[in-house]
Amino acid sequence: MTAVDAPAVPGGTAAVSPRVPRGRDGLVAAAVLVVLAAAPLFLAPFATTTLARILVFALFAVSLDLLVGVTGLPSLGHAAYFGSGAYAAGWVSINVTAEAPVPLLVGAAVGAVAAALTGWITVRTGGVFFLMLTLAIGETVQQVANTWESVTGGANGLTGVPAVRAGGAPLANAGFVYWYVLAVFVLGFVLVWLVARSPFGAALRGIRDNEPRMRAIGYPTALYKYGVFVIAGGVAGVAGSLLVAQQRLVTPADLGFLTASLALLAVIIGGAGSLWGACLGAALVILIRDALGPGLGGHGTLLLGIVFVLVVYLLPRGAAGLRLRRRSPS
Amino acid sequence: MTALRCSGLSRSFGALAAVDGVDLAVAPGARHALIGPNGAGKSTLFRLVSGTMRADAGRVELAGRDVTGLSEVKRCRLGMSQTMQHASLFASMTAAETVALAAARHENGPISLLPRRQPRVAARAEELLSDVGLAGRGGVAVPALSHGERKQLEVALALACRPSLLLLDEPAAGMSPAESARLVELLRGLPPEITVLFVEHDLDLVFSLADAVTVLHLGRVLCSGTPDEVRASEAVRAAYLGTGRREELFLS
Repeated sequence: MTAVDAPAVPGGTAAVSPRVPRGRDGLVAAAVLVVLAAAPLFLAPFATTTLARILVFALFAVSLDLLVGVTGLPSLGHAAYFGSGAYAAGWVSINVTAEAPVPLLVGAAVGAVAAALTGWITVRTGGVFFLMLTLAIGETVQQVANTWESVTGGANGLTGVPAVRAGGAPLANAGFVYWYVLAVFVLGFVLVWLVARSPFGAALRGIRDNEPRMRAIGYPTALYKYGVFVIAGGVAGVAGSLLVAQQRLVTPADLGFLTASLALLAVIIGGAGSLWGACLGAALVILIRDALGPGLGGHGTLLLGIVFVLVVYLLPRGAAGLRLRRRSPS
Repeated sequence: MTALRCSGLSRSFGALAAVDGVDLAVAPGARHALIGPNGAGKSTLFRLVSGTMRADAGRVELAGRDVTGLSEVKRCRLGMSQTMQHASLFASMTAAETVALAAARHENGPISLLPRRQPRVAARAEELLSDVGLAGRGGVAVPALSHGERKQLEVALALACRPSLLLLDEPAAGMSPAESARLVELLRGLPPEITVLFVEHDLDLVFSLADAVTVLHLGRVLCSGTPDEVRASEAVRAAYLGTGRREELFLS
């Protein structure tokens, strides 16, 4: 069953990617959403918090997947925008207001602006050069977070962030925070999914497949790469604002190399280009790091490394490749 | 008024002058062939015309407008479109998606950030696919297409850019005689508003299709004229087909 389960797309709408019956996909998505929404009602508090962490990291991984999987731009500095959004949301919560959409919007705006300021350098390149440039930018931003003590709190991080407030009341309970995180996650995921399925998303996949040919048919590819870089930065900023809502603390480690590489790991484990795959990868990474890691005497990263090697060898398309066996690459 | 005019176009790689002061004028509506032995500079000249590569000297005019300083993308938007010598397509897409990608850029307004139905783009893609003989093959993934079909898809992709000047780099290379005959049919059937400049090694195809021929040799224009003039030219015969008399291989 390779080419057979790919029904001919009449008229070839430019933005279809996985060819599965749409009705079934919708049902699965609805079921997952119901289970996620009901989770705090039957999960233990620690499990609920872990699930919230997973959702935060999943949204971050999804924004990175828009770059890595959809556009073919492997970034090692994406945590810079995640962390910038987290710092901005935290700073606004402390100094201005923690009322619900404000930290979120500020996080998104700062993530997008940070990406816009740095992206014009990176999008002129591709492949390994892109990887190295984003790494350099990520390290630079982390240095800024470390040294700009009056705003970021330096190496101690930004502490004492108040709880997010919704409708005037602070969301003090882990359960409400979880629902807040889930709602924003769904919003962010749908946004990225819409972009990936739009004609713009089709152009991004064209750039991933064959950038010179895209230029030859009249697409200014650098502009498109810049656009998606800014969008991904904005969504990463939203994920950052969720991070601060959830852990009430931001440290320079949140925008460092390790965070960025864990996100890249999640995308690759999940199967680059598949947004829900990136969420699965993020779940695996957080489960191993936070839930299994402490029991292994701090060797969680070692286990992650082993999982990564196994995935690359056994599932070259990542977890998403398990179900969606696509056309044979004849 | 010419569809394409190159004057003094040059490009060197180190000491090798791959294209050396080439003057070329292509009349509107022409089926103009560019031939020459291997290494004559045909592909380099194509790259200079399409803007993939910058010229060291000289200028390129598209329908009277100087495009020398413009990027490949801008030249495409002004009506210049090309196919590649080695089919260069999108491995993750189907044939219809490939054509729709170019049609969306040249048919509609700005590219949308949100999903939307594009009936005009879909219809145009369908129409182009059947024009090049790929009707009913739209849902097939590009890697599953045969070599000949990929070359046909290349042509559909180039036509989706609504070109006024179509540049074809060895469109029949690697095609079976049947596929190549179908390609000639297709190119013959193109509307006269589309000017075609093509590089081709298959001289039968060249002489059956072209109404003007330019012969390149060692980066320079050796001869330019109607197919009959070129066929009659001694210089072309010597450069392209080798010398007429065997002893000249050793004596001259």
